[in-house]
Amino acid sequence: MNVISRRRFLKISGVTAGVAAAGAGVLKGSQLLSSSDVMKSQGMQRIPTFCDICFWKCGAIATVKDGKLWKIEGNPEDPLSRGRLCPRGTGGIGAHFDPDRLRAPLIRRNDRGKEEWVEVTWDEALDFIAVKMQAIKKSYGPESIAFFSHGIGGNFFKHTLKAFGTPNISAPSFAQCRGPRDVGFRLTFGEDVSSPERTDISNAQCLVLMGSHLGENMHNTQVQEFAEGVGKGATIIVVDPRFSVAASKAKHYLPIKPGTDLALLLAWMNVIVKEELYDKEYVKRYGFGFEQFAASLAEYTPAWAYVETGIEPERIVETAREMARFKPSTLVHPGRHVTWYGDDTQRSRAIALLNALLGSWGRKGGFYTPASMDVPAYPYPDYPKPVRGKVDNPDHRYPFAHETITNGIREATITGKPYPVKGWFVYATNLLHALPNEEETIHAIQNLDLLVVIDVIPSEIAGWADVVLPESVYLERHDDLNVEWFREPFIGLRQPVVESPHDQKPNWWMAKRLAEKLGLGHFYPWKTIEEYFEQRLSAGGYSLETLKKQGIIRGAKQPIYFDEGVPAEFPTPSGKIEFFSLQLAQAGFDPVPRYTRPPAGPPGSFRLLYGRAPVHSFSRTQSNRILSDMMDENEVWINADIVRRYGLKDGEYIRLKNQDNVISNRIKVKATERIRPECVYMVHGFGHTAKGLKHPFMKGASDAQLLTRYSVDPLMGGTGMNVNFVTIEPEATHG
Amino acid sequence: MARFGMVIDTAKCVGCMDCVVACKTENNVPEGFNRDWITTEVHGTFPTVQMEIRSERCNQCATPPCVYSCPTGASHVHDVGGIVLVTKEECIGCKACIASCPYDARFIHPEGYADKCTFCIHRVEAGMDPACVAVCPTHCMHFGDLDDPNSPVSKLLASRKHHSLMPEAGTQPSIFYLT
Amino acid sequence: MQELSTTRNNHLIDPSLHVWGWEIPVYLFIGGLVAGIMIISGYFVLKGQYKKNVFSCFHLPHISLALLSLGMLALFLDLEHKRYVWRLYTTFQVTSPMSWGAWILVLVYPALFLNTLIRIPEPFRNRIKLFDRLSERINQHPFAIKNIGVMNMLLGTLLGMYTGVLLSSFGARPLWNSAMLWMLFLVSGLSSAAAFVHLIARDTFERELLAKADNGFLTLELFVFGGFISGLLTSTRVHQEAAMTILTGSYAPGFWVFVIGLGILIPLLIQLLAVNHKVRHSPVAPIMVIAGGLLLRIILVAAGQDTHWTLASFPGN
Ligand SMILES: Nc1nc2c(c(=O)[nH]1)N[C@H]1C(S)=C(S)[C@@H](COP(=O)(O)OP(=O)(O)OC[C@H]3O[C@@H](n4cnc5c(=O)[nH]c(N)nc54)[C@H](O)[C@@H]3O)O[C@H]1N2
Ligand SMILES: Nc1nc2c(c(=O)[nH]1)N[C@H]1C(S)=C(S)[C@@H](COP(=O)(O)OP(=O)(O)OC[C@H]3O[C@@H](n4cnc5c(=O)[nH]c(N)nc54)[C@H](O)[C@@H]3O)O[C@H]1N2
Ligand code: SF4
Ligand code: SF4
Ligand code: SF4
Ligand code: SF4
Ligand code: SF4
Ligand SMILES: [Mo]
Repeated sequence: MNVISRRRFLKISGVTAGVAAAGAGVLKGSQLLSSSDVMKSQGMQRIPTFCDICFWKCGAIATVKDGKLWKIEGNPEDPLSRGRLCPRGTGGIGAHFDPDRLRAPLIRRNDRGKEEWVEVTWDEALDFIAVKMQAIKKSYGPESIAFFSHGIGGNFFKHTLKAFGTPNISAPSFAQCRGPRDVGFRLTFGEDVSSPERTDISNAQCLVLMGSHLGENMHNTQVQEFAEGVGKGATIIVVDPRFSVAASKAKHYLPIKPGTDLALLLAWMNVIVKEELYDKEYVKRYGFGFEQFAASLAEYTPAWAYVETGIEPERIVETAREMARFKPSTLVHPGRHVTWYGDDTQRSRAIALLNALLGSWGRKGGFYTPASMDVPAYPYPDYPKPVRGKVDNPDHRYPFAHETITNGIREATITGKPYPVKGWFVYATNLLHALPNEEETIHAIQNLDLLVVIDVIPSEIAGWADVVLPESVYLERHDDLNVEWFREPFIGLRQPVVESPHDQKPNWWMAKRLAEKLGLGHFYPWKTIEEYFEQRLSAGGYSLETLKKQGIIRGAKQPIYFDEGVPAEFPTPSGKIEFFSLQLAQAGFDPVPRYTRPPAGPPGSFRLLYGRAPVHSFSRTQSNRILSDMMDENEVWINADIVRRYGLKDGEYIRLKNQDNVISNRIKVKATERIRPECVYMVHGFGHTAKGLKHPFMKGASDAQLLTRYSVDPLMGGTGMNVNFVTIEPEATHG
Repeated sequence: MARFGMVIDTAKCVGCMDCVVACKTENNVPEGFNRDWITTEVHGTFPTVQMEIRSERCNQCATPPCVYSCPTGASHVHDVGGIVLVTKEECIGCKACIASCPYDARFIHPEGYADKCTFCIHRVEAGMDPACVAVCPTHCMHFGDLDDPNSPVSKLLASRKHHSLMPEAGTQPSIFYLT
Repeated sequence: MQELSTTRNNHLIDPSLHVWGWEIPVYLFIGGLVAGIMIISGYFVLKGQYKKNVFSCFHLPHISLALLSLGMLALFLDLEHKRYVWRLYTTFQVTSPMSWGAWILVLVYPALFLNTLIRIPEPFRNRIKLFDRLSERINQHPFAIKNIGVMNMLLGTLLGMYTGVLLSSFGARPLWNSAMLWMLFLVSGLSSAAAFVHLIARDTFERELLAKADNGFLTLELFVFGGFISGLLTSTRVHQEAAMTILTGSYAPGFWVFVIGLGILIPLLIQLLAVNHKVRHSPVAPIMVIAGGLLLRIILVAAGQDTHWTLASFPGN
């Protein structure tokens, strides 16, 4: 299958923009400096860096007082944070102080998963790994080592492993997160939504959120822009089975039946097309296959959608008209974690199509075109070409997957097909919380000859490792440059603010050392990471000194809308916005999304939904004492009426049992009017079972543990995870 | 005379607790204690629900019962802006101020003295906003002089509907919530 | 349906206030008891009973000194910043009942001491010359003795009132928000004191008299309770809710059984029978009264901390 995947965002050439940026930046930078002079006299230092509590990469300034880390704040020069971090970022310093941290390299000394270790030196640990890797390479080939990684910190390990010869490099951010969205938008506009999302929320006059629970989902810039929109009186439409924080700000809250969003989207498009409310000129100019698309919508009337979604036809019509009223400044947000029901790519495509009808792609208040600075990659030698292709997606089973499928690697590790996978490197992803069906993950791990986990705390996945490598937290290390694609281009630097408290090391040091032990030293021609930065930055015409001082180098503002001169190009097969997709038809899929009703659960059960709490990131922040002080355990949201009928009390502990008889840890009931009665909801990331996580151990319940089922998206292999059902078990019987 | 106050826009607040975290780090508030917190009020029946989220802290009352009940004068009204403060070297830890605060805004610091929000006087006197205000990602918090009719806070109060907490308690709070 | 939730979870503050444990109620109880004793012994002194070797005049003052110090110890134990306790006496805060209390105690001690000097207890006699001489001097002036009696009664009344005013000044705790509280604590202090004297006095006349007085105080206490509760019940909804915590809420069993039943009604009945010579005097009733007085403080202090104005913002909860 020939998928077009050109990354066609604007890339601006360095030198001129750099000068412009320096002009603007130096002044502020010197202010920053002068204030830091004053502070130095009080024993204070302010050091810019960027945050790593999630992947948004907000620019930050840390303050160190008398050698001790005091606080971290947003860098006002940073376009992402705009000078303000989110609560997790503000509490990020707790990662440095976390008493549960890993302190030294560990080698397993008992069965896998028993969490019994011997502390070893770095040389012992890396030698052990290198020997095992060479053995795997000899027996199975270098491709038999796979890498799971999340976030910018994985870049150097990626480099080492590519140099070693494996193509199997993956992140949960594709198949467990935004993959379906990016595929859906690619199929329609030819481009991804990418991260940070190219959504122009602050200028949207009408914002539609389908599950995106901004305000709980704290992706910083989005939340700031969302609040700006609320302040400006933008019309907000929220579709969610749960009355989210965003819903409380909405003019229209549509309490949808879980899993039926596609029906709503089709009905909205039906109204907009039938009432001819769409942006006709835009559609005519840029659209491909509109007639066929329009024809296929006829059956999806609001009355039909009412039965599926539970949303009254009048409200569907009213909200459709509202969206059309503000076009093209109506943004139907594409969401981010969209791996819900297995039909996610088609649902995302429907969102793309609705945006296309409203003419919002390329327009102010819709989707802008991001730009980035031109900072060349380091001139490394070419990587060896893998003999075998990637293991995750044999025969292009999932024809539209443009990134590696984590669960595909897991499956190959279990089956040994298309070829065996014998080694896993896991960097900064807690696979037992991130992938659905823990049992499969453990099964795969049992087939391995080597599992290396690089982490900062003794996470669940670290508990299964053969070797655990303790990393310095982001406040204690350098990472790769962040050359961001955003509304305005900029470069961000992560640099150490304080020293690591024990024998932790930064990823670049580990990756480089490992490469040397593998005889791949020539892939690391630089000695220190500053040399690496220097090389890349000077090749782009930027100064490392400036970057170290300011943390950020900004580029000149670029045109970001079609009106401002961004060429309206769509790298799809037709070169247009594909209302009707021939490539989908050719691959045997619906060329225009079609709705199928999501299967219901067993009688008497509730659909399990999950999401974010503003003060935690996934399963990584529960041992951070500042953040755990904000929220120590999760609760299960149950409709107040159901709670009454079950004779339960708010705050009482219960357990949840899923359709496969997996029973959760105990969890408090939150009796609330903020959720539909047929589903329950919990915040992801709690219910830790790793012994080393002393503080969060067994606090709250783990959604991941209950997600034994998942529904695979046939287009791209993502795992729809909102397909599990639970019943309520009294705590007493399990106490 | 200035009277410092806060005006918080509940229409924008998302209850993210950044204000709480920022206060923790800025003021080294010990684990297990908060000088500020989030209150959520939900009315109605699904799906017709209204929700107000508020960032709360000591209301810096103009008639502060905590000050009136303090036997040592440790709790006092500061000369600048009418901020209610505690001098820890004068506090005996009798907890009368805690019992007299209708907002439960105070607590006993593990070191023994009564503690609460100071309106970040150390920042305010240096010309900065309080830490919670400065961090708020939704920009829903505003700090300023309530006595100055031209201050942004006064203007917001003049132009928007607002309420304060438990006015019946008669403490005359200096924090107002826009609705 | 309304949901009110807070993320605050401060130690001793949430989910409901419990900054005061046993120390403050004990302090308030002993304060009330001593106040009652001062009034009673002051009254006896005033009435010239000191000439008769009456127990109240003879032993009560120094017992009070000891009791009061015990109460002060309880208060001291409650302080969280103990090494700054001297700060109480570097200032006088007019608006603070606690400051008043601190200074009242400064006066109470000398008053009790003077009362002691009227007849220095046996083991202390002829030890300190100054005291013996003072005692002699006092005994030469019956007028001075009368004044000591009056002073003890007055300061006792102030002290007894103070223990109630302290709580009722906390407007933030609706249960305590009553102008009757000082009366309640004063009367309860008197009844405990009467019971106390009843319990330890040797003289039958004195015992009889105090049992009668106690019956009067207990009856009065019932009326004051009635006033206290009906005052709350006829006030705002917040105050009604507050009253309910002791009438029907989680503190109701303790309140009805121990404070009203075993602390007032039953001993009242027993003592009525006793003064009418239907039963013999026994320590049972006075002990019940004293325990009731202590429990009254414990329950009111705990329940009061549980009551809150928050309800005010919840119309029709
Ligand atoms: N604080 C915080 N913020 C984060 C993160 C974090 O860990 N912590 N992680 C970041 C990352 S990587 C991601 S991907 C995002 C994820 O955040 P989002 O993409 O915003 O949200 P989801 O996690 O997909 O979905 C959760 C919401 O979807 C609703 N929902 C569930 N089922 C349905 C349905 O069938 N239909 C509709 N319309 N709604 C439904 C839930 O009620 C809930 O409100 O958050 C980002 N932001
Ligand atoms: N059940 C369930 N599964 C989900 C989701 C969900 O909501 N529910 N969300 C999905 C989504 S949207 C995403 S993006 C993924 C996220 O999945 P992950 O990125 O795997 O998220 P975490 O679970 O937080 O695991 C991160 C791991 O990295 C470690 N870590 C943190 N900082 C560092 C560091 O500086 N260096 C190193 N080496 N390690 C570090 C943490 O300790 C933790 O073990 O999960 C997906 N899976
Ligand atoms: S959104 Fe929050 S956690 Fe993520 S990088 Fe920014 S400040 Fe850090
Ligand atoms: S930081 Fe701002 S938005 Fe977040 S809870 Fe506090 S006041 Fe609300
Ligand atoms: S809120 Fe409480 S602590 Fe703050 S000034 Fe008012 S009474 Fe005092
Ligand atoms: S605890 Fe301290 S500040 Fe509070 S009333 Fe007592 S002495 Fe004053
Ligand atoms: S003003 Fe300062 S002390 Fe008060 S809540 Fe805000 S950050 Fe905390
Ligand atoms: Mo994600």
